[in-house]
Amino acid sequence: MTTIAELPPGFVDKVLSAQSTFRSVMDAMARPGSVQRIVPMAGTAGRMMRGTAAIALTLFDHDTPLWLDARMSESSDVTKWLKFHTGAPVVQDASIASFALISDGAALPSLERFALGTNEYPDRSTTVIIQVDSLDTGRSFELRGPGIDGVTMLQASIKPFDLFERLRINETLFPRGIDLVLVADDAVVAIPRTTRVESKGS
Amino acid sequence: MNAPAYNFAYLDEQTKRMIRRAILKAIAIPGYQVPFASREMPMPYGWGTGGVQVTAAILGPQDVLKVIDQGSDDTTNAISIRKFFAKTAGVATTTATEDATVIQTRHRIPETSLHANQVLVYQVPIPEPLRFLEPRETETRRMHALAEYGLMHVKLYEDIARFGHIATAYAYPVKVNARYVMDPSPTPKFDNPKMDNSPALQLFGAGREKRIYAIPPYTKVVSLDFEDHPFEPYRFNAPCALCAAEDSYLDEIVTDDKGGRMFVCSDTDYCEGRQAAGHHGSLSAAPYKEKAGSHG
Repeated sequence: MTTIAELPPGFVDKVLSAQSTFRSVMDAMARPGSVQRIVPMAGTAGRMMRGTAAIALTLFDHDTPLWLDARMSESSDVTKWLKFHTGAPVVQDASIASFALISDGAALPSLERFALGTNEYPDRSTTVIIQVDSLDTGRSFELRGPGIDGVTMLQASIKPFDLFERLRINETLFPRGIDLVLVADDAVVAIPRTTRVESKGS
Repeated sequence: MNAPAYNFAYLDEQTKRMIRRAILKAIAIPGYQVPFASREMPMPYGWGTGGVQVTAAILGPQDVLKVIDQGSDDTTNAISIRKFFAKTAGVATTTATEDATVIQTRHRIPETSLHANQVLVYQVPIPEPLRFLEPRETETRRMHALAEYGLMHVKLYEDIARFGHIATAYAYPVKVNARYVMDPSPTPKFDNPKMDNSPALQLFGAGREKRIYAIPPYTKVVSLDFEDHPFEPYRFNAPCALCAAEDSYLDEIVTDDKGGRMFVCSDTDYCEGRQAAGHHGSLSAAPYKEKAGSHG
């Protein structure tokens, strides 16, 4: 059994590390497709990447129900670390989650299972954080939408392969929808619900 | 120096997390007002508590902060908020628009074009553009949900019917990303075109009304109008009396009790920059005239 003393640590400087991580995520959300770096280091547990761990420490707390994919939730290292450092309640029902952590994109459930918000409160939707293989090599994608000056390119190696096809639900659902945060090690890219993504092949 | 009794940037970390989550959703849904659990701040409502909370949630030690009130760096509100963050966050402050990374503003957008590494934080008194047309929050929320903005066009039409033109001069409603009608805060409509396709991120905080909303960079922002009554930014037709600028928004300053008045740039940094670059208006300060006279 892991005791608290054996858990990987959180941020060394809680305040400034959270601020710096938030600015990276905010810039990522404001400029979809741009690759932002997360600088502050924290311990990571199980399959959690360091970028994911930093985002968790920055944004999760007792007010944010959390949904974990099978790979994450079956790891007691991950659940204990999250519980100790963030206090976020882990829920089984994805449709009430503020955040979802996906370590195995291939097993990403249907996006409709997450909270999509309502037309009156579109902000009450799940932010889905997916760990991916790479955010600088792989297939090319063309992104358009608010935050992008015309068009921007993203090269990423992601699972599921049809992620952005699935994300098309955002076009018809708007203002409801799913906001994605993609993490590869310390790199982060956000795809808010307003971004239109087209695959340009490899 | 940090005031030791406070957390960095005054707010506690749980509050910052809550505000940060609201900011992310606001950016993801441009123009939509995200409710947030606004805190009591050590200043009264109406003095920028919403903007201060947004600034406190994003500010880091590397930031350079500029605060303006009606374009001016030198008014009470601007100075006290600037001092507040210098004290509680130890950040560098500036009055130069291009040097700032975070600009908190009350009712103006700087004349100098913003760039991509800047965040503009607006202080907002009434975030709901439909509020004076429909007082019920449940109804305005439904109207936003259905994108039912006919009432706003009726209001602008009534302006035309009564005055012959759209008489709304400030807080002129805009449509963001072709979806949400949004209150740009009580900025003069002169500033509306600057919101469109701006390279900088724009965040709006309303403390008393507990709402945060945003315009991401490079987002389409259109001022509502009619084909036969197109939107027109208003500017008093005169050069600035201090720097002779013909393109800046002007404040009217009463100079005596005999009807004397002067028109000067409301953006003090812009005006001072132009004066330093050698531009002089008709009423430039006496020391300049004396100096010019002493050479002659």
